[in-house]
Amino acid sequence: MMRLASSLRTALAAFLLAAFAFVLIGPLANLALWSVAERWYTPYKLPVTYGTRYWEQVFRPTGDAMASLGTSVWIAVLTVVVALALSIPAGYALARLKLPARAFFMVLFLLPQAFPSVAIYINVARVFYQLGINGTVFAVVLVHAAHGLVYSVWIAAAAFSAVDKDLELAARNIGASPLRTFFSVTLPLAAPGIIASGIFVFLESLDEFTGTFFVGVPQVTTLPLLLYNAAMGGNYQVASITALILLVPSVLFMLFIERFLRADVLAKVGA
Amino acid sequence: MRAGSQAMSRAGAAIEVRGLHVAYGGTKVLQDVDLDFAPGTFTALLGSSGCGKTTLLRALSGFVPIESGSIAVGGKDVAGLPPEKRGMAMVFQSYALWPHMTVLQNIGYGLKLRGVSKSDIAARVSSLLEMLGLAGYEDRKVTAMSGGQRQRVALGRALAIDPGILLLDEPLSNLDAKIRMTMRHEIRAIQQRLGVTTIHVTHDREEAMTMADRLVIMNAGHIAQIGTPEEVYDRPNSAFVANFMGAENVLPLHVAPGEGSAAITAGEARGVLAGQAGLELPAGEALAYFRDDVASLDAPDAAAGEDLVVPGRIAARSYPGGLYRYRVEAAGRQITVDHATRHEPGAAVGLRIPLSRLHIFPAAQASTPA
Repeated sequence: MMRLASSLRTALAAFLLAAFAFVLIGPLANLALWSVAERWYTPYKLPVTYGTRYWEQVFRPTGDAMASLGTSVWIAVLTVVVALALSIPAGYALARLKLPARAFFMVLFLLPQAFPSVAIYINVARVFYQLGINGTVFAVVLVHAAHGLVYSVWIAAAAFSAVDKDLELAARNIGASPLRTFFSVTLPLAAPGIIASGIFVFLESLDEFTGTFFVGVPQVTTLPLLLYNAAMGGNYQVASITALILLVPSVLFMLFIERFLRADVLAKVGA
Repeated sequence: MRAGSQAMSRAGAAIEVRGLHVAYGGTKVLQDVDLDFAPGTFTALLGSSGCGKTTLLRALSGFVPIESGSIAVGGKDVAGLPPEKRGMAMVFQSYALWPHMTVLQNIGYGLKLRGVSKSDIAARVSSLLEMLGLAGYEDRKVTAMSGGQRQRVALGRALAIDPGILLLDEPLSNLDAKIRMTMRHEIRAIQQRLGVTTIHVTHDREEAMTMADRLVIMNAGHIAQIGTPEEVYDRPNSAFVANFMGAENVLPLHVAPGEGSAAITAGEARGVLAGQAGLELPAGEALAYFRDDVASLDAPDAAAGEDLVVPGRIAARSYPGGLYRYRVEAAGRQITVDHATRHEPGAAVGLRIPLSRLHIFPAAQASTPA
C-alpha cells in the first residue's frame, strides 16, 4: 500500500514536471524548429527541408531585420537614458525626502500601466500627430519611457532606500557636501539596483509593440513590428528568428538579476 | 596638515550647549539641556534606551535638527551649520563603513575631500592603521573584516581628518565581550594621546565608568546628574541615578530628624545616623537604595550597632561564583544580597545594612520607577 502510494506520487510528480517543461519549452522548441525549416507544410508533422537560409536572410547586412534591430536598440538606449534621467532624482526623492503624498507619486508612475494601452496610445498618437512628431524616433522613445518609468522609478526608490542612511551621514560628518555624498556614497551603493532598472527598461522598450505601432508606423520599424509584419505575411521563419533574437537579452537580464541584485533591494520595490 | 607624521594631535575643541531642545514630530526628546565639554576631556553620556543620549549626540553632529538652543564649538555657534561644517567626527554604532571602498579609501575619504595628495593620504592612512594595529590592511575590503577590525577602521576614518571633537555612538555594543574590553582601553589610550574632546554615548554603566573622565546621566530628555565616575556612583543625587548606577535594592524607611542626628525606622528595625549625613536626610517617608554588595546576612536578633538590622527570610539562593546570592524578603520587599556563607532558603536572617551606605531619597521623589 505504502509502495503504491509512493510510486503514484512519483508518477504524478514526473507527469507534472513533464507538463511544466512542455508548457515552458514547447513554444520555444517550436520557434527553434521553425527558424531552421526551409519548407514545412501540411500534412507533415516536421519540416520537409532544413536549412539556415532564413537566418542568412535575417542577418544579411542589407536586410530589414538588421535595420530594425538597429532601430530597436537605438530606441531602447535612448529610452534608458530618458528613464534614468528621471528615475534617479525621482527615486532618491521618494526614498529619502519627506514628500507629502508620497504614495500618490508612486501610483502616478503606475498610471500608464493602469489603463488599456490601446486606448491610451490612440490618444497619444492623435496628440503627437497634432504636434507633428508622429512617426519619429523621438515620439517612440517618449512612449517607451513613459511605459518604463514605473519600473525604473520604483526600483530606483527601492535601491536608494536600501542604502543605510548612516552611510550618507558618515560622509557628511567628515566633510562631504550633500552632492558629493550622493555621488561618492549613495549612487555607487544604489548602482546595482539602478542598473537593473535600466536593463529592465531596455528590455521593455525592445519588446514594446502597441505604442510603437500607434506612434511609430510606418516610418519607425522596430524588431517587434518586423516580427508582426513577417508573421502576418505568413513568413514564420523570419518571425521565429526575430522572436529568438528578442529572447536573448531577457535571458541575460535574468542571469544578471540573479547574480547581482540583493534580496533587500528587491524586497523594497514598491514599498 | 602634517600628513604621515605620528604627531597628529591638535588640541581638542570646547563645546558649550545651552538651552537645547529637540523634538521628533511633536515628541520632546531633549528638553533644556545645558552642558559644557572642556577641551580634551572624555565624557560619557549614559542612560537607558530612549533617554535622549543618542539624540543629543546627533544634534551635536548636525544630523538631527534642533528646535531651539545653541551649540558653540570653540566659542562659535554651529547650531545652524550642516554636519560637514561642524568639525566633529563620529564613530557610528553600525560603523557605517562604505562597503564599496577599501580600507584605504574609507579612511582616506575625509582627506581626499580636503584635497590632500594621494601619496600623503597613503602615508597618513598607513600611520593610522599602525596605531590601530591594522598595519598593511589598506587594500582589504571592509566587508571582509571582523567586527573588531571594522570598529578600528571606523575609528581611523574619524581620526584621519584630525577632528577637534570625536563622537562615539555606542561603538562597542556590537562587539563580543572580550574585544569590547580591549577596545575600551585602546580608545581611551588613543583619546589621551591625541587630546581630542570625546563624547561617548553608551547604555553600559561599566563601559562609561572605565572610559570616561566624567559621566552625564540622562533620563527622559533631561540631564539627571553630571560628575566623575566616583561622584555619580557614590553620591547619586536622585533615586533615578542611584537605581541606574546599580543600587537596585529598595527599602522603605521613615526618617525622624532629631538633635544632631536622624532616627531611621524600617519596619521593626531602628537605627540612628549621626552627624552631617543624618541632618541632610529628608524627613518623613523615604526610600533607601543600596547595592547587592552593601548588605550582609546576620542573625535576626544581632546587635544593630551603627547599622540597620532588618529581620527577614531567605526566599531563594543562587551561586553566581565566589559568593552566594540571596533573595531575602524583608520589610515587605525582595532584596538581593551577596554573602560569603551558605544559608538555606526559608531561614530567618537579619539583613545588616550600614546606614552610611544607603542612598536615601524622599518617597515622593522616588515613586517614579527607573
